[in-house]
Amino acid sequence: MTANAASPNHLQLTRDGQLRHFLTLDGLGRDLLTDILDTADSFIEVGERTIKKVPLLRGRTVVNLFFESSTRTRSTFELAAKRLSADVLNLDISTSATSKGESLSDTLLNLEAMASDMFVVRHAQSGAPHFIAESVTPGVAIINAGDGRHAHPTQAMLDMLTIRQHKGAFEGLKVAIVGDILHSRVARSQIRALNELGADQIRVIGPGTLLPNDVESLGCTVEYDMTRGMKDLDVVIMLRLQKERMEGALLPSEREFYRLYGLSQEKLALAHPECIVMHPGPINRGVEIESAVADGPQSVILNQVTNGIAIRMAVMSMAMGGQIAERQQKLTEQTERGLA
Amino acid sequence: MSGNEHSSGASLKIIGGRLLNGHGGETENRALLVRNGRIAGEGAAAVNADADQTYNAEGCVIAPGFVDLCCNLREPGNGQKGNIVSETRAAARGGFTTVCASPETSPVNDSRAVTHLIRDGAATNSPVRVFPVGAVTRGLEGEMLSDMEGLSAAGCVALGNGSRGVRNARILRRCMAYAQTFGLTVMFRPENQSLAADGYAHDGLVTARLGLLGIPEVAETASVMEMLLLAEETGVRLHLSQLSCGRSVEMIADARSRGIAVTADVAMHQLVFTEDALAGFDSRFHLRPPLRSEADRKALIAGVREGVIDAIVSQHLPHDSAAKQAPLPATEPGLSSVESVLSLGLMLVQRGELKLVELVRGLTTGPASVIGRTATISNNDVADLCVFDPAAYWTADRHSLISAGCHAPVLNQPLPGVVRLTLVEGQAAWAGA
Repeated sequence: MTANAASPNHLQLTRDGQLRHFLTLDGLGRDLLTDILDTADSFIEVGERTIKKVPLLRGRTVVNLFFESSTRTRSTFELAAKRLSADVLNLDISTSATSKGESLSDTLLNLEAMASDMFVVRHAQSGAPHFIAESVTPGVAIINAGDGRHAHPTQAMLDMLTIRQHKGAFEGLKVAIVGDILHSRVARSQIRALNELGADQIRVIGPGTLLPNDVESLGCTVEYDMTRGMKDLDVVIMLRLQKERMEGALLPSEREFYRLYGLSQEKLALAHPECIVMHPGPINRGVEIESAVADGPQSVILNQVTNGIAIRMAVMSMAMGGQIAERQQKLTEQTERGLA
Repeated sequence: MSGNEHSSGASLKIIGGRLLNGHGGETENRALLVRNGRIAGEGAAAVNADADQTYNAEGCVIAPGFVDLCCNLREPGNGQKGNIVSETRAAARGGFTTVCASPETSPVNDSRAVTHLIRDGAATNSPVRVFPVGAVTRGLEGEMLSDMEGLSAAGCVALGNGSRGVRNARILRRCMAYAQTFGLTVMFRPENQSLAADGYAHDGLVTARLGLLGIPEVAETASVMEMLLLAEETGVRLHLSQLSCGRSVEMIADARSRGIAVTADVAMHQLVFTEDALAGFDSRFHLRPPLRSEADRKALIAGVREGVIDAIVSQHLPHDSAAKQAPLPATEPGLSSVESVLSLGLMLVQRGELKLVELVRGLTTGPASVIGRTATISNNDVADLCVFDPAAYWTADRHSLISAGCHAPVLNQPLPGVVRLTLVEGQAAWAGA
């Protein structure tokens, strides 16, 4: 029996299917994902202007709630909010309230009292944004900026935008994700997005200790041998390897990992000649990727960063729009009830 | 009896309904006479007997009172999560007449003094029988043996190590050898802690998708195998508690066929729910052991039906609301389940997955025999009874639950099975509408 738990859709979509939170890609259909990509495309132009602002979130307050530190993700979220004309408050909670013993629920109550409209949440625990979305006052949008090993939906969507820019469409694409899949929220969201958008093959490549049990159930095939896995690839996505993986006996050494799963020019040569190389960053040169590849002509790593701002603008404006539409609908219903 | 209210009258006649014993044999109840705390007659012999009060059980099942081998009363030491008054009343409402109280209290029940404290508290405040389970190691630390014989003499019905297990196999072997000397039963939840590590969910489909930290099945099965081998060697009477894996059932069946004295139980929620319950990060279903796959659930049910699993337990573990109000990994494991056990069981009966008599056996004769007691309804037996209406419905919510914890497995939905009357030694421990 399935428990009476709220499905992600129930939580993140309005009754007529608009985004009101952005927690996970689970349950979001191809149309909505394509909508996000198209909206982001329209924001790319904003970044190329001298005055890089549109007034969509004017007068709104966006709080960046980072329970886990991050430079790149937080700054692109901040830039995205500012380009939408929102007021932005950055809170690095990893070093503040929670370390004084305040519970997450209490922290939230205090922040809500500041009348914010949107929380961008990064948290070390899987499911934290779900928990926050279930506990906040209606009207506040929650954007997941990465939770534990669960999901990093804006990262996956900016990767999809980058792929679409370079490959035009997803049909027929052969994509591989290489490295530490087990600990990667990015990989989980990417596999989901690629499946929904219609990629032809999704391979995960890594040693058994870094692949989750039942990983195939996510909609991918497993390949232990990278030289075989690289064959005919259109897109190769490298994941960051954390140093602490050596300590938990998941890997023998960085050197062995690089030899077997690092992306070198020789290995890249096995892929399709127009294969693009991606990495969510920050990269470990010489651990998962050779410098010559990271800086080479097939690398689109810096495009990913640029696209990150556009995707975040798209998701923030869409979720805010969903919240406003929902509030208006409720007001209309109340008025109608009042008149009747 | 008018209005069906029952007080501590010396004699009570229950008329109507069906009598159901765990060993089988369902009969129409013409009359069941309870006098001085014992069954004083049934059927034709009781129909014309005079009684101070009469209870009409039409439409109800009259079963022996349920016996719970795994229940946390949270007293002493955890008053914010529950206490003997609240949790034993909740148990009575669930149809239980006997609960075995976990040693995981504060202080730990590893001395006669704490055992007496629990028993005295229950004597004054509990409407049901409370049998403490003593700690098998001091402070549940898994390092030094507790005064097992003394604990047993003080009233502990078995010895275990709560949720903490005994990590060191050499000490586990000595626990068993020492308990065997005095003919005591040891009760363990099998879990290899180095394999379980920091996990909190079944290592499977849902953990792969949601990025939760998994506890692999082998964390349980490796421990079951180790304990079965140690029990075989030491000859101790071993009870394996709160199973979650289908493979464990197979291994236990095999050990029994080789003559090893092993019994087992499963929590009711393991028979009803699977890993899917965590799909929305619902912290109520953060459980230890975790809810596993559908194949495991089916194998556990088969284990109950075939009698490899002797008992169904509540694994009642009430919490204050703060313990569950956080992102899933940061919450505490456990459900407030003792009031819902019968209802979940009846859901399985309705779906044809379990027979009513198998459910009653798992809640009465099965667990009673593990602790060396009986739970039947026949002449001169102690009148521990549960009268429930399987066709009536109730709804568990924050207001209707008696337990101090409000994290019941099914909330705000109609549940089948209402306990009308729980009798402990002929006295009403619970009399519902």
